[in-house]
Amino acid sequence: MGNLYKLTIFRYDPESNKTSTSKYEVEVTESHWTLLDVFRYIKNNVDDTLTFRYSCGQGICGSCAVTVNGKSVLACETQMKFLDSFDLVVEPLRGFPVIRDLVVDHSVLDDKVRKVMPWLVCKKDSESDKERFQSVEDRAKLDGLYECIICGSCVAACPTFWKNKTFLGPQALLYACRFMLDSRDEGKNERFEILADKDGIYGCHTIFNCMEVCPKELNPGKAILELRKMFMNEEF
Amino acid sequence: MKDPKVLNEKVVDVPLRNIHKHDVVIVGTGLAGLWAAIECKKAGLDTACMTKLSMPQRSHSIAAQGGTAASLGNLEEDYWEWHMFDTVKGSDFLADQDAAEILAKDAITIVREYEHMGAPFSRTPDGLIAQRKFGGHVKDFGRGGPVLRACYAADRTGHVLLHTLWQKALELGVRFYTEMFAISLITDGPKCAGVVTWDIKSGGLHAFKAKATLIATGGYGRAWKITATAYSYTADGQYMALRAGIPLEDMEFFQFHPTGLFDRGILMTEGCRGEGGYLINDLGERFMKNYAPEKMELAPRDIVSRAITSEIEAGRGINGGPYIYLDIRHLGAEIINTRLPQIREISIKFAGVDPIHEPIPIVPTAHYSMGGIPTDIDGRVWYDGKSQIFSGLYAAGECACVSVHGANRLGCNSTLDASVFGRRCGIAIVKDFANLEHLPLEEDSAKMAKEEIEFILNQKGSIRPEEIRNELQTGMQNYVAVFRDEKGLLKMVSIIEDMHKKMKDMFVSDKSLTYNTTLMEAMELRHLIAAAEAVTYGALNRTESRGAHARRDYPKRDDENWLKHTLYFRDESGFRFDYKEVKITRFFPEERKY
Repeated sequence: MGNLYKLTIFRYDPESNKTSTSKYEVEVTESHWTLLDVFRYIKNNVDDTLTFRYSCGQGICGSCAVTVNGKSVLACETQMKFLDSFDLVVEPLRGFPVIRDLVVDHSVLDDKVRKVMPWLVCKKDSESDKERFQSVEDRAKLDGLYECIICGSCVAACPTFWKNKTFLGPQALLYACRFMLDSRDEGKNERFEILADKDGIYGCHTIFNCMEVCPKELNPGKAILELRKMFMNEEF
Repeated sequence: MKDPKVLNEKVVDVPLRNIHKHDVVIVGTGLAGLWAAIECKKAGLDTACMTKLSMPQRSHSIAAQGGTAASLGNLEEDYWEWHMFDTVKGSDFLADQDAAEILAKDAITIVREYEHMGAPFSRTPDGLIAQRKFGGHVKDFGRGGPVLRACYAADRTGHVLLHTLWQKALELGVRFYTEMFAISLITDGPKCAGVVTWDIKSGGLHAFKAKATLIATGGYGRAWKITATAYSYTADGQYMALRAGIPLEDMEFFQFHPTGLFDRGILMTEGCRGEGGYLINDLGERFMKNYAPEKMELAPRDIVSRAITSEIEAGRGINGGPYIYLDIRHLGAEIINTRLPQIREISIKFAGVDPIHEPIPIVPTAHYSMGGIPTDIDGRVWYDGKSQIFSGLYAAGECACVSVHGANRLGCNSTLDASVFGRRCGIAIVKDFANLEHLPLEEDSAKMAKEEIEFILNQKGSIRPEEIRNELQTGMQNYVAVFRDEKGLLKMVSIIEDMHKKMKDMFVSDKSLTYNTTLMEAMELRHLIAAAEAVTYGALNRTESRGAHARRDYPKRDDENWLKHTLYFRDESGFRFDYKEVKITRFFPEERKY
């Protein structure tokens, strides 16, 4: 005998433009089952119209973020046995346009991160026959910034983003910080033109939901504070 | 679920929504596709990249963990010739040596280019790119000890390489189409005019006209039950090629990675062993001493996978179970946290095991396809598998077979293959471009795709895709895995024949055109079956053991009869084989000992 989970899942049918909820009961007998396994079980055995997005199944591609009992999580790495309830309300990521059921439009994330010049700016050609010097200490500054998988969990958990859709949001700002702290980057001035704004680093209300939900345990809130500090000290 | 016996009330008609025109269309946005895109865009070509995922950064290249090989010699002496020798020996002498030479030579520049684009590699105390040990990487043409050759960024190497290329492509202005699922090539004899795709978000077909079309769609690990690969890894490109009359090369060689997390298969990078991790059986013994006494855990993957499977079969799995332990506890918390942080995270999240304090339960897992679409050393597709070019069509990365991996790929050579040959492919497209043209688009170019989709949506069957997928994965896991023999392979053949019948009776109750993942998975299942078929028939045909292809009934390598590549052709009337010689330039086959 396994544990019986009751799931209430948000549904949106784009063809009729109607929202609803579906209730499913799933008995989980395998101790290692994840939320994604439960979704797939429902799709393959109960209701093949239930629609959700996933790909790697191992917590690294960022496809499968959804909201469970109010919190953004990656479905593929959320073990059923570690959830604190048998009653689950599952919704799409909050604040995102919904395409169908649990699938949201990821181009929101793409549009925002594109705005922050998310690449290493090099003004002069570097010598192609050798790599550039970067000390172990300078490289360590990028830890906690470069690992972002753009799953959207932090953006969906950000009340500022809910209210202000033009706010760059925690993910894009974290991604920007990864370049601002790279000892090899030469684009700090240009990037600050974009970042030092009410829709940028000053839009953040330091609520830190982003840090709470990040599946990679990154801290976009801290990255934003770091950027503010850099701007104040004109360390660029 | 709706009762499948009830007839569908409406017949779905699939619309052709749009026709796009670009100079270059690239299907797949992993390392190979993005490298080619960058080269084409730099040369001023109008370049479009498409992915069936919601962002290029979700491509499966992101899952590469341990590193990318290059004889930079940043920490100790190393030469590209040593790297080439290791690649050839690791391949069990089936790699084409002209391609292996390019791989080893270009590795050095490609890693430096990654660094110049901004990849955050881990660093040596001298501020250079850090390097670690990996299986099969040794000094002095196989005579010396392990060499530090794998360039890495903690255990997130694929992640940083993929993000870096996406960043560069974005800076250059490459056009991306996301959630576009490529279905069929548009061809006119052995000439490619573009590709027909399914728009997952809005439902409907699109035709992409291009002078050059590149297939870079990755592998098909989802044909097996225990796999380290993404759900999206479903042989899409291989299937498109087969249907255009192009053969697949060396499909019988499919790599099992020795250390997948029990029982899901998620990868525990070879970097674990590169950093000094041990493999231990139920007796607490480092059993690799019985299989590869010199290289131990750092022997190539085929050898370690067979050793683990043999231990499990002999009843020396942990508590007699179907897994053994990977032990990295002795490395200590600091090394684990700085060099293998993702391994620790995955172990805790998926197995409830903290590798700082407990050994990790592991089992060999389906991992990498050495075979694929046959190409020349610049990614041009061979129409007949060996000498005639399919004009305007290119392939690179895991879906292609150039062939650098032969019968067995060394760790850290996959990200390298995708990068080196993806870039060469882009350069070749630029070079060929003046001689390529936009072919006229026939009115019925989307016909095949339209019929396929409408068939799935409108057929009135009684079997769900999942039932068929389960049979496929279980069969491949049981009969076409680390060890094979005639009896098992014939069983898989009968399973495949049975699946073909069932596919005619497959039913999906989701009829929506918007984000219909059931429809998409049904299409992917068809691709997986085609790939599994090529693997199974190829494995049955090759009566020897070489690299990852281990036949119990033919345990020896047979150079006299089988030092050659298999070409597998398939059309509606059936399949046939052809063969081609292995290119040997520097290193003559010798017995492979570690």
